[in-house]
Amino acid sequence: MAEFTLPANSKVRKGKTHAAATGGKNIRKFHVYRWDQDSGENPRTDTYEVDLDDCGPMVLDALIKIKDEVDATLTFRRSCREGVCGSCAMNIDGTNSLACTSFIDEVKGDVKINPLPHMPVIKDLVPDLTNAYAQYTSSQPWLKSESAPPPDKERLQSPEERAKLDGLWECVLCFCCSTSCPSYWWNGDRYLGPATLLQSYRWLADSRDEHTGERLDALEDPFRLYRCHTIMNCTNTCPKHLNPGKAIGEIKKMMVERR
Amino acid sequence: MSLRTPLGRVRGLGSAKDGVAHWWAQRITAVALIPLLLWLVASLVASAGMDHAAVKAWLSSPVSATLMILLIAAGFHHAQLGLQVVIEDYVHTEWLKIASITAVKLAAVALAVSGVFSILKIAFGG
Repeated sequence: MAEFTLPANSKVRKGKTHAAATGGKNIRKFHVYRWDQDSGENPRTDTYEVDLDDCGPMVLDALIKIKDEVDATLTFRRSCREGVCGSCAMNIDGTNSLACTSFIDEVKGDVKINPLPHMPVIKDLVPDLTNAYAQYTSSQPWLKSESAPPPDKERLQSPEERAKLDGLWECVLCFCCSTSCPSYWWNGDRYLGPATLLQSYRWLADSRDEHTGERLDALEDPFRLYRCHTIMNCTNTCPKHLNPGKAIGEIKKMMVERR
Repeated sequence: MSLRTPLGRVRGLGSAKDGVAHWWAQRITAVALIPLLLWLVASLVASAGMDHAAVKAWLSSPVSATLMILLIAAGFHHAQLGLQVVIEDYVHTEWLKIASITAVKLAAVALAVSGVFSILKIAFGG
């Protein structure tokens, strides 16, 4: 059966509280999920006090400040700090988002930070996305065409054809959407999830691609595609304000269209 | 433990190349059930206070009997399609999943046939 409670060794306990390194008046509490496989202990929630007068405006700024000044063992992924790399995806105040584009001010009260839900955790805020990446790879996310490319120029697309890719190409593969989807939680081994399906539609919608039929064949499956029950958490949570739910709907329409 | 690659696991047994018929049938039956259920509710309200003979006469009419049979067929078809999806979502023990889906499908057919038979009995047998 689907598991609705955490196994005993995954139950989250209360952890330590760390005061702000330099004191300060504008103190905000950050409750951060911590887990270290090597310690053999259960996960815990550590509380860090951060002086917002001496901190950048984003959640990622606070995490970096904590790591630099208070607790160097805190582990998280980050790179571009401007919402284009998708590395710092995590659950912030109950919603999956990118720490680098989430304002601390937009969270009311204490800031609760957890790893992306329902993924195996490697350490602290770093989830294991191996399965999600493999699913993305399985969608063959590249242009597939039998026609040889023109020798002297790129493959052409009309402005209208190019416009169909808007709202799709912007995806940074942070997997906030897939890990917010209950259907992906229960059947992530077989359901491809909103991130991979939005990327699949990005190639289905590309006028230059000649493998639309084969791509649809690979998706037509009770689990790979049809586990989507239009819950729409994906669209709610997307930090890039894209609409994976609509992309999946478009794929379902194409499936009916070709019958 | 398995040393299979993540891509190998994801590709698994490949696409079933099936599912669109199921999904489409669920939509079609849903659309059909809107007018059928409105008709049923309106009829039940209208039949308030009728005696047994009057209700039998109403159900024996060709229009009522036809709509009622359609309602039962669409309703049970829709129900078993939906329950199948719920079971596939939550039951991950393979034998239990197959057994539950089979039970649901057989029960839906049995209940639908008995419903249709009952209507025909009233319509023709009196």
